Amino acid sequence: MAIQVRVPTILRSYTGGEKLITGSGDTIAALLLDLDASHPGLRERLITPEGGLHRFVNVYINDEDVRFLGALDAKVNDGDTVTILPAVAGGASGLLMLAATASHRRLG
Amino acid sequence: MARYESLLDACGETPLVGLPRLSPSPEVRLWAKLEDRNPTGSIKDRPALWMIRAAESAGHLTPGDTILEPTSGNTGIALAMVAKLRGYRIVCVMPENVSAERIQLLRMYGAEIIFSPGAGGSNAAVAMARQIAVDHPDWVMLNQYANEANARAHYESTGPELLRDLPTITHFVAGLGTTGTLMGIGRFLREKVPGIEIIAAEPRYGELVYGLRNIDEGFVPELYDPAVLSRRFSVGTRDSVLRTRQMLEVEGLFVGLSTGAILHAALGVAHEAVKAGRPADVAFVVADGGWKYLSTGAYDGTLADAENALEGQLWA
Repeated sequence: MAIQVRVPTILRSYTGGEKLITGSGDTIAALLLDLDASHPGLRERLITPEGGLHRFVNVYINDEDVRFLGALDAKVNDGDTVTILPAVAGGASGLLMLAATASHRRLG
Repeated sequence: MARYESLLDACGETPLVGLPRLSPSPEVRLWAKLEDRNPTGSIKDRPALWMIRAAESAGHLTPGDTILEPTSGNTGIALAMVAKLRGYRIVCVMPENVSAERIQLLRMYGAEIIFSPGAGGSNAAVAMARQIAVDHPDWVMLNQYANEANARAHYESTGPELLRDLPTITHFVAGLGTTGTLMGIGRFLREKVPGIEIIAAEPRYGELVYGLRNIDEGFVPELYDPAVLSRRFSVGTRDSVLRTRQMLEVEGLFVGLSTGAILHAALGVAHEAVKAGRPADVAFVVADGGWKYLSTGAYDGTLADAENALEGQLWA
């Protein structure tokens, strides 16, 4: 058993193009450390130098935002699915949001 | 009394209806606040009215002025209606490839539309709106993502209506876009109802939508304060479509896709309450009806068909 992790397009350069990777650990912090061994550089894109979750990254355990579950200390269990997504607002004016984020995008 | 002096006075005071068939048990009940029963058919009529009134009170808007809005969504439609009745000109900037219904609706409300190149997507629309704002410093952009009157509309109207109609409320669930709905209603309910849970349901679009996002420079609306929320769920396209259809099939409510996402989160917390053996009154928002989304393909064919049709679309 393991934890499945869904990786957004923008971070797939660290996973050899894979959108679904697996890892292990009993917290998000431990999972990210485990993933970094097999996918070097991935963790650094998600965690700030101060050790917190990057402001514009959202991480979900089974569709629930980890920031409301203890953030990096949030517990994960075998069989869980973890989803990583860039922060984006939805709503009827998601249109505006898409533009606001896309206009600032920096590729690479 | 259901008589009003004008359409603007008929904003709000929407029905709260029970959903006895979708509710998991007699002790754990779901309630839908029908915000599609607002003048232009969405919850955005409230913030549109409040933002325009606030700009008027502050002296930023007087009849004859021009409002500029880079959106083709519910807020644009609501603003166009209020602008028409209050004597403002409104200019909407949007990509040339948005759906025909939106263009038609905005034009009927008298909005002028400036099209940006379709290939540039919404990026081009916002860039163009910003340029237009520079060229026309007297035009007013209301900036709903940062405008306190957006959240205040819900603090002063939607929140009090909910508590009056459902004093036993234990959970409130709404969509997370500008965050105005959740911030306004959430703050109000937290002040009045000890232990209430405020739950956000945010849409998780198809991969194409996120393809361009860079995590170094994302966007969090200025209005957003995570301390108001208890939990936050990401709801994918398939779950949203499934719940949207279930709402019509089981309770007869024809709602837009963002409401499907909200119902998904509401059912999740309702079932948790059942498991824990706790009674609950879970209220959620019906943000709009399904009419404007018929052409998206969400209501046709199998779930997989709908999911494919919605890939790449901002369906909420």
